[in-house]
Amino acid sequence: MTEHLLSWITFLPLIGMGLIFFVPSTNTALVKTIALIATGIPFLLATWLYFGLFSKTTGELQFVERVDWISGIQAQYYIGIDGLSLPLVWLSTLLLFIGVPASFGIEKSQKAYYALLMLLEVGINGVFVSQDYFLFYVFWEVMLLPMYFLIGIWGGPRREYAAIKFFLYTLAGSVLMLVAVVALRIDMGGIEGMQAPFSIPEMMAKAKAGLLTGAHLPFGGTLLGMQFTTWVFWFLFIGFAIKVPIVPFHTWLPDAHVEAPTPISVILAGILLKLGGYGMIRACFPIVPSAFHEFAYVLGVIGVVSIVYGAFVALGQTDFKRMVAYSSVSHMGYVLLGLAAMTTWGTTGAALQMFNHGTSAAVLFLVVGVIYDRAHHRDLNGFGGLSQIMPKYWALTTLGFFAALGLPGLAGFVAEAMTLLGAYESALPGMKTLVLISVIGIVITAAFLLYAMQRVFLGKLNPKYAGYKDMTPRELLCQAPFLFLCVALGIFPFFLTDVMRASIDQWMATMGG
Amino acid sequence: MMSLAFDPATDFKLLLAVPAIPLVGYVLQIFLRKRLPHGDKLLTLGMFVVMCLTVYLGAKGLHAAYAGERFFHHSSEAGLEFGWLYSTGTVPAAQNLVMGVLYDPLGAAMLAVVGIVSFCVHLFSIGYVHGDKRYSIFFANISLFTFAMLGLVLADNLLVLFIFWELMGAMSYLLIGHFSHDPGQPFFHRWATWACKKAFLTTRVGDVLLFVGIFILWDKFHTLRFTELWAAAKETVAANGGEFPTWLTWAGLCVFGGTVGKSAQFPLHIWLPDAMAGPTPVSAMIHAATMVAAGVFLLGRMYPLLSPTVLSVVTVVGATTALFAATIGTTCYDLKAVLAYSTISQLGFMVAAVGLGGVVAGMFHMTTHAFFKACLFLSAGSVIHGCHHVQDMRLMGGLRKKMPITFACMLICTLAIAGVPYFAGFFSKDEVIKAGFLKILDRRTFDGWSLYALLALSLAAALTAFYMFRLIFLTFYGEYRGNQKQHRFSAMLAAEGVEGPDPNEHAAHDDHGAAHGAHDDHGHAHAQDHGHAHGDEHGHAAHGHAAHGHAAHGHAAHGHAAHGHAKHAPAPKVAHVVHAEKHDEHGGHAEHHAHEPHESPLVMTVALMILGLLGIFGGHFWLTEPQNVFNAHPWFEKLVTPTTLYGEEIASWCAPEPVGEAAVEHFEHLEHAAHLDALIVSSIVAGTGILLAILFYLVWPGIPGRIVAFLGQAYTAVRRKYYIDELVDATVLKLTWKLTYFQKWIDENVIDGLVKTVGALNKFLGVFAALFDKIVIDGAVNAVALASQVFGAAFRLVQTGRIQQYAAFAVGGAVLTAAWLILA
Repeated sequence: MTEHLLSWITFLPLIGMGLIFFVPSTNTALVKTIALIATGIPFLLATWLYFGLFSKTTGELQFVERVDWISGIQAQYYIGIDGLSLPLVWLSTLLLFIGVPASFGIEKSQKAYYALLMLLEVGINGVFVSQDYFLFYVFWEVMLLPMYFLIGIWGGPRREYAAIKFFLYTLAGSVLMLVAVVALRIDMGGIEGMQAPFSIPEMMAKAKAGLLTGAHLPFGGTLLGMQFTTWVFWFLFIGFAIKVPIVPFHTWLPDAHVEAPTPISVILAGILLKLGGYGMIRACFPIVPSAFHEFAYVLGVIGVVSIVYGAFVALGQTDFKRMVAYSSVSHMGYVLLGLAAMTTWGTTGAALQMFNHGTSAAVLFLVVGVIYDRAHHRDLNGFGGLSQIMPKYWALTTLGFFAALGLPGLAGFVAEAMTLLGAYESALPGMKTLVLISVIGIVITAAFLLYAMQRVFLGKLNPKYAGYKDMTPRELLCQAPFLFLCVALGIFPFFLTDVMRASIDQWMATMGG
Repeated sequence: MMSLAFDPATDFKLLLAVPAIPLVGYVLQIFLRKRLPHGDKLLTLGMFVVMCLTVYLGAKGLHAAYAGERFFHHSSEAGLEFGWLYSTGTVPAAQNLVMGVLYDPLGAAMLAVVGIVSFCVHLFSIGYVHGDKRYSIFFANISLFTFAMLGLVLADNLLVLFIFWELMGAMSYLLIGHFSHDPGQPFFHRWATWACKKAFLTTRVGDVLLFVGIFILWDKFHTLRFTELWAAAKETVAANGGEFPTWLTWAGLCVFGGTVGKSAQFPLHIWLPDAMAGPTPVSAMIHAATMVAAGVFLLGRMYPLLSPTVLSVVTVVGATTALFAATIGTTCYDLKAVLAYSTISQLGFMVAAVGLGGVVAGMFHMTTHAFFKACLFLSAGSVIHGCHHVQDMRLMGGLRKKMPITFACMLICTLAIAGVPYFAGFFSKDEVIKAGFLKILDRRTFDGWSLYALLALSLAAALTAFYMFRLIFLTFYGEYRGNQKQHRFSAMLAAEGVEGPDPNEHAAHDDHGAAHGAHDDHGHAHAQDHGHAHGDEHGHAAHGHAAHGHAAHGHAAHGHAAHGHAKHAPAPKVAHVVHAEKHDEHGGHAEHHAHEPHESPLVMTVALMILGLLGIFGGHFWLTEPQNVFNAHPWFEKLVTPTTLYGEEIASWCAPEPVGEAAVEHFEHLEHAAHLDALIVSSIVAGTGILLAILFYLVWPGIPGRIVAFLGQAYTAVRRKYYIDELVDATVLKLTWKLTYFQKWIDENVIDGLVKTVGALNKFLGVFAALFDKIVIDGAVNAVALASQVFGAAFRLVQTGRIQQYAAFAVGGAVLTAAWLILA
């Protein structure tokens, strides 16, 4: 069984989706049960993989499955994981699993909803395990469609606008990516004896050997005065950057978040954004390392702009969810900054930040969901004094806020500290200045979170809301695992770093850093 | 019989138990508080154990010191080290963060201080906070607060210190904000709501600077362990020809930035007075053993890395803070505000001492200050509790007969803080002044900054003695003024209080709150949550009194919602019922309903007495050798010297001992002279201050009023805390909000505007594209249509057909491009 473990993890939700189609739409309880099982089993399998089967000592791919798939273009079904993808696979199975009970409040067309949720999980995990660029792209697109419907159908009042904006924006990124992939495929195809021209590890190897220069393309190594690798780098980078999203490609995110139902926001912020960062680490930078080194400083600048700008714009928001969305933009800036540094700590910090932001953002969006379910609005200025009537809600929110503002002892701090320390010791000129600018974001992040805390929870209680009940057990249980992770990984970060270590070393070696 | 020799194998386990106990207490209290009816007592008991452990272990340090051994232990001796970022042993130490416990003389002294003070605060809180709505949460939080400080003291490395440092910031946020969840105390409710945020954000500015300092040090040294940092600094300076490199100076300044934030130094001191929005025991914790002490402790840990330039900055900032806060302290009427400004001032002493090279003096003052300031705050709490939550000294008076124990303890600690010989504060303050003299008496080390510092500190010491005795006389002497409903201010005070109701404290905060409330109501996200809106109010309050007479008092009384004298009856009544119940529970206090002040219950006064004793003996166990009081080294100086702190090598580098007979003689001569001068100066300033207080507040009570009238605007400026809050509002906060709204505008109009424009353009093209699509490349669409069927049901729910066209066009286009590239 373990030799096909990754396939099982990836495709089990698809079986769930199939089963859900056969359930009469009136039997929502059965739909939910199937959804729970179909997401629960992958989560358990991923947990087993993480804590039992995975070897921390090697940076090589593990649990590899590789068979020919589309022989015409030499695409393969090639999957495997390493220390960079495993934590994210585990996080995504957890998020999707929690996403099911978090969705129990949804009334509209439940059958379709859960079916799409299952499909979404297939897409996400597929991306994380794919080692073949064609397969990667297919999963990437598979993920896009359910997300579009989940926002567009079950979203808020402006859901259509948000869904179309999300879809088109990310599709634009996908198209750029596809062009780059095709170009890479052609170039790889020209290399003598190449059996798997779509294979990402092969691309990395050839790139490292200096063979992936576009020599086999009709126009040779340069196009419009720019090198092939530079073209590929920017096409892929923008494709992934839209997903992250980083400034200035971020404006789809607040709209999508504001309109998406709570569980979808949680999944969107918790794992979908990480696909962008993961894509850069897996399928962009190591394929064109020379271009990466050339533009590393630019990436650092973009990262810092995201951190500081995102935090400031978040401070200016009056919509709770928009504020949290901008905090995501700010937090994901650390990923870019850490990667640009090209140091072990910087890279580890970036990888940690992806995971840890996944947990803290999940908490924050669940927090917003709790109050939105009751008040049906998210105006930060419309609340006040909620801690008096919802003490549990306040306590969990406080913990979530502290995790998000990078309080030591909670997960966010480890990632931020490693990123910033790693970036500061980077050999890249100018990085130190960038780090010094980025710390402004730390203060502003604290400011907008505490300002929101004050407006929502402290002060005078708005009598309109005096009758509100505290969090229900279901809401508590949905937040608990993420808060637990925030605390546990803040105190024991080595549960993540030990798993990542060997792969990051290998990755750094591939990058020539 | 337990030996007093330090045994790493067992004692490090005890040391780990020290922070573990309050941590476990916190977890139990949070998760089981409903099933744990005596959680408060359990936690206090836990703190008692902690106190015993810390004192016992500290005694071992003292024992070693008196035996002439160096007491310096790291947990690696007992094999206790933990890899943090990666698990132990998987990566080289230079790529990991290895944590251990450092137990040295400074740590031993500080740990014992934290243990004792924290226990007293816990004990006191049982009485003081009793009946509070969030009583159990309060105990949990204060335990975790203690945990953070204990962890900070035991940290062997800068990043671990930073972790606990920030954790303490978070706990102070929760504790200062204690009343922000309790609308039953309307005044504190409003105040705490923003004060906790202010405290956290202000200190976080300093924290970020410290964080940057950590970046620099990590980048250059690739270690953050204190012992290794000291050695590395020495090597670096040696390699640089004996000069500190510029980057190390910057690192030192950044680290000091952390101290400025946490230890409330100018200009980041603004959070500390507002931290009084929390319950009084919290103030005692923050002002004495935790939080503000952390900043000074950090300086003690990082002293060898501070370059001469940094030390000059430290000196000037410390001395300025000491003087400027002391001047404000003379003008406050709120009992706790006086103490808050005295804390800032005393912290200035400690910081300046470090800057003057007297790192031991600074640490010593931190230790004694922790005892007497905790006692003063808890005594103030006892007074406030006894006076039914009145804090204005103008409504007190004559309490010495009604609250004799509180009075005795407060008087002792006032003598201590004033620097009266034989009391704890005398020894340490004397050392601080001596450090200054030592520096300026020697021609080689003399500089203008040190002279300035010495003058400022001396003046501040005199002012300290003055305002502390002012506090004592206003509170405990004269007639009780709390019952004088018509003329609540005696002639003396009315004469002094030219500007009427105290805008410094309550009325001002009330306005703060109101201004903030207004912002909330209108949904304006403005910076001035405690700023501009009340600027005019202040002016009004300050100048209006002369014209409006007592009419303004009722207005001022808004702030005193809890004390029951306000004309706005409903809220105070509620408060009173609460207090009445509270006193009933205490037993025997029911007769005090009629506003009569009363002595606090035993559980509170015991805590006071413990700290009061330490206010006498905390500096010197002089009962054992009374004849030697001016000559023998106090215990702290025996325990902590530069050599025991940093090791001989580092100490001789950063505090060079004289070499050669002549030099030694010269040095001894200097030290003797400095000691004598310091003794004379500190005695004179303390005496002057006390004398002035006696003259002004007991003998000729009309004088203060005349002085105030004479000073006019200058007095108002001091009283308004030199308008620093207003200045910060008008500059930093205003700029922040300007930047915020500017960037928000950019985001909405430029970035998203561009996206929308592109979208509109595409929509326009899409119409043509759709036609093109239908007619020319229908074949490509068919493939997409297949996929569309699968999602058809879902698509229909969206109620729009447009997206299909876009999707089809985009995917179709991509497929075409791909086809072209492959075939080409």
